[in-house]
Amino acid sequence: MTLKRAAAITGIGEMKPARSPDGKTALGIMAEVSRLAMLDAGLEPKDVDGLLIGPPITEMVPMWPSVLGEYLGVHPSYLNVVDLGGAAAAGMVWRAAAAIAAGQCRTVLCVTGEASDIETFYTPRPRRSAQLPYREFEVPYGPMGVNSGYALIAQRHMFEHGTTPRQLAKIAVDQRTNACANPDALFFDRPITIDDVLASPLVVDPLHLLEIVMPCTGGAAFVVVSPEVARRAPQPAVWLLGAGEHATHMMLSQSRNITTSPIAVSAPRAFKMAGVSPGDVDLVSVYDCYTITVLVTLEDAGFCPKGRGGPFVEEHDLTYRGDLPLNTHGGQLSFGQPGLAGGASHVTEAVRQLQGRAGDRQRPNCELAFVNGNGGTMSEQASLVLGR
Amino acid sequence: MTGGEYRKPLPQPNENSRPFWEGTRAHELRLQRCRQCGKHIFYPRAVCPFCLSERLEWVTAGGEGKIYSYTVVRRAMHPAFQDDVPYVLAIVELDEGPRLTTNIVAAALDEVRVDMRVRAAYDDVTPEITLLKFAPVPGPEVN
Repeated sequence: MTLKRAAAITGIGEMKPARSPDGKTALGIMAEVSRLAMLDAGLEPKDVDGLLIGPPITEMVPMWPSVLGEYLGVHPSYLNVVDLGGAAAAGMVWRAAAAIAAGQCRTVLCVTGEASDIETFYTPRPRRSAQLPYREFEVPYGPMGVNSGYALIAQRHMFEHGTTPRQLAKIAVDQRTNACANPDALFFDRPITIDDVLASPLVVDPLHLLEIVMPCTGGAAFVVVSPEVARRAPQPAVWLLGAGEHATHMMLSQSRNITTSPIAVSAPRAFKMAGVSPGDVDLVSVYDCYTITVLVTLEDAGFCPKGRGGPFVEEHDLTYRGDLPLNTHGGQLSFGQPGLAGGASHVTEAVRQLQGRAGDRQRPNCELAFVNGNGGTMSEQASLVLGR
Repeated sequence: MTGGEYRKPLPQPNENSRPFWEGTRAHELRLQRCRQCGKHIFYPRAVCPFCLSERLEWVTAGGEGKIYSYTVVRRAMHPAFQDDVPYVLAIVELDEGPRLTTNIVAAALDEVRVDMRVRAAYDDVTPEITLLKFAPVPGPEVN
């Protein structure tokens, strides 16, 4: 059995990111984007028989699917929390398709949402248990959350391959150009230059402030449906053509090679299932919590050889007008990172572009997209090929 | 440490990790080694992650290695680290093979390099807990 064309995304709902919750709750946000996604797909709560949730990072509570299902009047026959960090949204797409292909359900609502801001996000949250290796062997040495993990990857990449700060900065600049064509982006209408990035404060060497994602409030949902349901959808169906997933570590110190991520396994699987190669795609929509994340992803997904990511991003125009459009919504660096909805933004943007609904930043003839979700410190990877 | 109560997060040794922390308290680096496959293991575990054997023994390691990667943390996330910034967070690869997350101490920020030779430097942060940090190996210039 293959998941190729086993299911399609027929509706999306997304909240414009905000710097702070302003009274909104994660549950309220998840309900709001769920409603938008169901309306977009022409569905009512009674039509939904599957519910997957990427849980809010700042509100980890038990049984989110039952909580949201009850709130929305959805009575699913397939429920799960998909706890893969930033890979959760891409991971939900193929999990939904697999459940549909297995005949367990036909219409799966996939939801993420976060009511947070920088202060809340970075405030240490009390944990019931300190009995995890990360708490015992890393936290006592003062990591800056995952920021320092990605800094360690960038530093090592520079050492092994001669990657430069200017090359990394170019990624942030091109994505900001994209955000300037997206009124929903947190940093809409605020263009930046490479010198701006390099002049922004070093936070965790070699990463500057403008290379680091900003936690915020927002949410995103999408509906994955069976081929039969897809045929009745009001919007063009976006088909799952390929999927791959892989993880190798939680703590970076436990990865044998921190400059090569599990994407080197997950992406080739997705491309193989779809029967296409990186050179065939019209849109790259990949996780970008930091600039280095994008660089490593392009290498490991096969867009360029290992170690050539730096020259590659310099040689290509990554804007929505360019020869390799990447994160046309601005990426999380410029759109904002509302918890796991940040990872979902790469799915929703790919759907918009493939449906021809991306407004000023629409790519002409966009038929094939590569999507990647990344959790932890390049720990968990979910890669997708989506198409019309 | 200068005066006052230690406010940073502390490890809570458990049945698997206690020998490691007893070692650091004695200023000695102890690692698990698998009796079946012979590999050294860090962090301490109940089973070998290479061959799943439960036959693990504790051995004394050489206490030296090299910096695999590092970063300078310039903004603290945990408030108790606020007075320490900027400080060096690193992954050190021990000569025995395992890698661990640690701090590089007794080095100027611009002196720290990937591949630099380092040696264990024990930081007695409380009467019970000694953290394993690393300092540059003194001697001839190394790249």
